[in-house]
Amino acid sequence: MNRDTRITWINRLLLPLLNILTAFAVTAVVFWLIDVNPIEAAEVLLYGAFGYEEGIGYTIYYTTNFIFTGLAVAVAFHAGLFNIGGEGQAYVGGLGAGLAILFLDPTLGAWVFIPASIIGALVFGGLWALIPAYLQAYRGSHIVITTIMFNFLAASLMVYVMVHVLRETGQMTPQSELFPTNSWMPFVHDVAAGLGYSIEASPLNLSVLLALVCAVLVWFFLWQTRWGYAIRATGKNGTAAVYGGIKPKRIIIVVMCISGALAGLVSINELVGYQHRLIMDFHLGYGFGGIAVALMGRNHPLGIIVAALLFGTLYQGGAELAFEMSGISRDIVVVMQGLVILFCGALEYMYRPWLIRHLAPVDQQQETAGVTA
Amino acid sequence: MSDIFLTVLLTLDATVRVSTPLILAAMAGLFAERSGVVDIGLEGKMLASAFAAASVAAVVGSPWAGLGVAVIVSCALAMLHGFATITHRGDQIVSGMAINILVGGLTIILGLAWFHQGGLTPALNNDSRFLSITLPYAEQLAYIPVLGPIYKELISGHNILVYLAFAVVPMVWWVVFRTRFGLRLRAVGENPTAVDTAGLSVIKLRYKALLVGGVLCGVAGAYIATAHNAQFTRDMTAGQGYIALAALIFGKWRPLTVMLACLLFGFLDALAVRLQGVIIPGIGEIPVQFIEATPYLLTVILLAGFIGRAIPPKASGMAYVKER
Repeated sequence: MNRDTRITWINRLLLPLLNILTAFAVTAVVFWLIDVNPIEAAEVLLYGAFGYEEGIGYTIYYTTNFIFTGLAVAVAFHAGLFNIGGEGQAYVGGLGAGLAILFLDPTLGAWVFIPASIIGALVFGGLWALIPAYLQAYRGSHIVITTIMFNFLAASLMVYVMVHVLRETGQMTPQSELFPTNSWMPFVHDVAAGLGYSIEASPLNLSVLLALVCAVLVWFFLWQTRWGYAIRATGKNGTAAVYGGIKPKRIIIVVMCISGALAGLVSINELVGYQHRLIMDFHLGYGFGGIAVALMGRNHPLGIIVAALLFGTLYQGGAELAFEMSGISRDIVVVMQGLVILFCGALEYMYRPWLIRHLAPVDQQQETAGVTA
Repeated sequence: MSDIFLTVLLTLDATVRVSTPLILAAMAGLFAERSGVVDIGLEGKMLASAFAAASVAAVVGSPWAGLGVAVIVSCALAMLHGFATITHRGDQIVSGMAINILVGGLTIILGLAWFHQGGLTPALNNDSRFLSITLPYAEQLAYIPVLGPIYKELISGHNILVYLAFAVVPMVWWVVFRTRFGLRLRAVGENPTAVDTAGLSVIKLRYKALLVGGVLCGVAGAYIATAHNAQFTRDMTAGQGYIALAALIFGKWRPLTVMLACLLFGFLDALAVRLQGVIIPGIGEIPVQFIEATPYLLTVILLAGFIGRAIPPKASGMAYVKER
C-alpha cells in the first residue's frame, strides 16, 4: 500500500473509529465515576432498546427524529454552513403541521391531512431557517449567531401561540386540542394488524418511512444533481465555486431552507404520529442531537441512519436504565452526545498526526526526492 | 409618585441582580473573541461552575470554597476548548456546543449520583451562600429624598459578587486597552500572523485569554448557584450564556458598551417579570414572551446591520496555522 492510500484509510476509517471509541471510553469513565458498572449498564440499555417489541418500537421512533435532524445538519454542513437552529426549526415546523391540521375541515380524509401536515412542517421549518439564511447571504450576519437567536425566538413565539392562541378551551396546560383521528399518521402496529401481523403497541408510526425517503432524497440531491454539486463545491472551496459560476448567496438560501424543512419534519413523527396535538417542548434535544448524529455519520445519509439508530438506542435504552437502576437518568445520553460532538467534531483530527507518523511515515527516498525536485 | 419611584427602583435593583452573571460571562467572551476564539461554551462553563459551586458549598459549608472550585472547573473547560480549537484547530463552534451539551448532561448525572435529589444539589443555608451586604449608613441615609432610597435599595444590599462584577468592567477595559497584554490580545484577534512575526506565541496568548474567560465564567456560575439562588437546579443558567454572547455582539466587543448591553438585557428580563399580567392603560397587556424575546430580536437586527454595524475581531473563528 503506498502512502496516499494509507492516509485515505486513516482519514476514512481509522480516525472516525478511534474517535467513536474514545467517546465510548470516556462514557465508561463517567459510569465508573457514578459507581455504575458500565457493562451491566450496557446490558440493561440494550435490553431496553431491543429486548422486547415495544422497546424496539420506541427505539425506531426516536431514531426517526434523529434521522430528520441529522440530515438537516448534514445538508447545511455540506455547504460549509453550521445550522445550530435545528431546535427552533423543529419547534416552528410543529406549528406549521399543527396549523395545517387544525384549520382544515375535520371531516377530510387522511390523504388530505397527512400531505398537508407534512407541507406545513416543511414550509414553517424552512421559513424559520430562511430568515437567518437571508441575513447571512445578503446582510452579512453570522449564521451561527442568528440561528442561536432564532432558537430562543422560536421558544418565545411558541409559548405565546400555545398560551394565547391555540390553547384548548377550558384547559390549563398550554396545548392545542386533539387532532382529528383521520389526520393521524398511522401507527406501525395498526398497519401490521391490518396486514394480519400482531405486534405490541408503541409510538412507532409511518414517519419512519418518511425519514428513510428523506435520506434517499438527500443522497440523490447532494450527489446526483447539479444543485448538489454546487452545494458541495461551495462547502469545499467557496472561492473556487464562485469562479466556477456558482452563486453562493443562492446556495445559502436553498441549503438553509432544505435544512430547516428537514428539521421541521420532527414534528410529523412527534405530533402527527404520536402526540396527536400541538404540545410544548416536543422538540427538546433533537435539534442539538442532530449535530452529534451528523458528525458521527460523517454527513452521509447512510452514516446518519446508523448514527441515528445508535442515538435512538441510547435514548430508549437510557429510559430503561433510569427505570431499572437508581442514581442514573436518561441524561447519560446527553453526556454521550456531548462526547461524540467533542471527539468526532471538535477533536476530529486529534489522533491524525500520531497515526500518520506511525502508520504512514514519509518515505526517506520520497522526502529527499521532494527536496531535490 | 413615591410608589412609582419605588417600583422603578425595585425593577432597577432586580436588573442589577440579573445582569451580574451576564456581565461576567460577557467579559469572559470578550477576552476569548478579542483573541480570535469564538466561545459559545460560556453557557456550559457557567452551568458547570454553578454545579461545582453549589456542590462544594453544600458539602464544605463555605461559599468561598465553592467559588474556588467553580473557577477551577470553569478553567478546566476553557482549557478543553483551547485544546480542541487552538492546539488541534478544531471548529470553535462545534467545540463550544460539545461543552454545552456535555455539561448539560453531566451536571444532572453527577448530581443524581452524589446527592440523590433528582439532579438537584442540597439547599444551601445562609452560612454557605454569598449574602447581601448592607453598605454603611444605608438605614440612616434612607430618609434623604430621592438619593437616600437610591442608595439603600439600588446601591446597597447586594452580595459581594455583584460589586465584583461591576468592578471587573473597568478592569477589563484597562487590561484590554491600556496594557501590553491587552494590545497583544487585540492584535492576535485581528492579525495573528503579524503577532507571530513579531515573535510572540499566538497559541500562548489565546490560551491565556481563554483562561481569563474561564475565571470570569467560574465567578458567574458561582453567583448563579450560591448567591442569586441557594442550590443547583437542572439547566439553571437557562440560556444566559447565549444572552451574554448576544450582549457581547450588541456592545460591539467593548467592555463598557457590553456592560450597558448586559444591563439593557437584564432590565428587559426584570421588566418581563414585573409586567406579568399587568394591564397598561391604552395598550393592554404586553405579552411577557415579547419582552423576553427582545434581546434576541435586537441582536438579530443589529447583526443584520439595520442599527449600526457589528464587526467582530477579524481573526475570530479561525484557527491559526503557523507558516513554515
